Amino acid sequence: MTKPLPDAEKLLALLAERMRPWVSADTALIGIHTGGVWLAQRLHKVLALRQPLGTIDVSFYRDDYGSRGLHPKVRPSNIPFEVSDADIILVDDVLFTGRTIRAAMNELFDYGRPKSIRLAALIDRGGRQLPIAAQFVGDEYAVAEGEQIELTKNEKDELSLVLNRARA
Amino acid sequence: MTSYNLQLNAQGELQHLLTIEGLPQEIIVRILDTAHSFLSVGEREIKKVPLLRGKAVFNLFFEASTRTRTTFEIAAKRLSADVINLNVGTSSQSKGETLLDTVANLSAMHADMFVVRHSQSGAAHLIARHVAPYIHVINAGDGRHAHPTQGLLDMFTIRYYKKEFTSLRVAIVGDVLHSRVARSQIHALATLGVPEVRVIGPRTLLPSNVSDLGVQVHHDMENGLKDVDVIIMLRLQNERMNGALLPSAQEFFKYYGLTPAKLAHAKPDAIVMHPGPMNRGIEIESSVADGQQSVILPQVTFGIAVRMAVMSILAGNP
Repeated sequence: MTKPLPDAEKLLALLAERMRPWVSADTALIGIHTGGVWLAQRLHKVLALRQPLGTIDVSFYRDDYGSRGLHPKVRPSNIPFEVSDADIILVDDVLFTGRTIRAAMNELFDYGRPKSIRLAALIDRGGRQLPIAAQFVGDEYAVAEGEQIELTKNEKDELSLVLNRARA
Repeated sequence: MTSYNLQLNAQGELQHLLTIEGLPQEIIVRILDTAHSFLSVGEREIKKVPLLRGKAVFNLFFEASTRTRTTFEIAAKRLSADVINLNVGTSSQSKGETLLDTVANLSAMHADMFVVRHSQSGAAHLIARHVAPYIHVINAGDGRHAHPTQGLLDMFTIRYYKKEFTSLRVAIVGDVLHSRVARSQIHALATLGVPEVRVIGPRTLLPSNVSDLGVQVHHDMENGLKDVDVIIMLRLQNERMNGALLPSAQEFFKYYGLTPAKLAHAKPDAIVMHPGPMNRGIEIESSVADGQQSVILPQVTFGIAVRMAVMSILAGNP
């Protein structure tokens, strides 16, 4: 467990190369706030996709609303393309329980019926609680319970991963 | 106990929404931000989110209202709540007792939230004081006292068009005396840092102590509207007027009705707001109500998003 945290910029480049053979110009990317949006912006540029980039905030669909209330900072979701019949790749920074992805898929279906949804994640930390898997992953990295990996962005827009105590 | 303590729980989170007076700025801003995210939900194919699934929201209207009741109903339904509308005529019997009995009965039906409109000031506070701790109460207008969701949707509208509050001049025009909307607006504008709020109207329709609220008082439209960014017209409340406060509605229109000529004193990009329902030809001329600067219909649309925000924040706080 002393493996150092991977370099986010290198992982991002790797993730883009893994996605490249599997996307067409019509593939639509949707980033999940906040880290997933940063990644999706970069992937959208590197993969030269034609569809405008979508962003999604899953706060209105989270399954812990009943116990934790509404997230204090909800950003608007913005899906600037027709969801019906679209080939969509959801982008998130860290794949963990799978609950965020479930919420994102539920929200997407309220926009229309996509042709397909795939998932890209920079890091898969294991610990899934739902039958959800990513088609594209930068790396797998096990993290102890009670800790969390977060993606951060500096003023030069460079991404990096940090390990934090999980919020209660 | 003051009313704003009653609105917040031990963690300082919103438990009920009864009045804007005393509401911390960060809570108001959070409601406006959340409402902004709900706006796009109203533009989708399926205009619903699952937040209030399984919750029962009771619209308790002891006083007639179409727009407010309807927008609360739509807001609750878009949050997937079950909505029960009760139009309870004000009973001539002992009102306090009847009101609490009604509420006790509905609570026994497992209500999760009450939206209350009442002609008596303080009715929503009274209910909030007596309901079980897991039940949330929203004041949808009580007498002359407060109409907080209207005040909030007005702030949302102003921010939507003017982006920020700290450099604005806002004029509130007309029957301030009888207006719970005006009171809620004045408190909200002050909390959000609007440096200059003016009230404009005849002496008989302005409360005598209105300047204590930190507003400038004007009795003529030319000076009052000069260089303002936002004009909020109020409805002339005939049903709340007893005694002769006004010579006639025509006379009122002549001096205080918003016409293109009077509007020209405001900034060229000033917006015109009205909480509705409008009396065309009494407080506002049709050409202004339907004109380029009018944002009266967007106010209605924004009202749904703001009410969704209030309900989802309240229901998420235990």
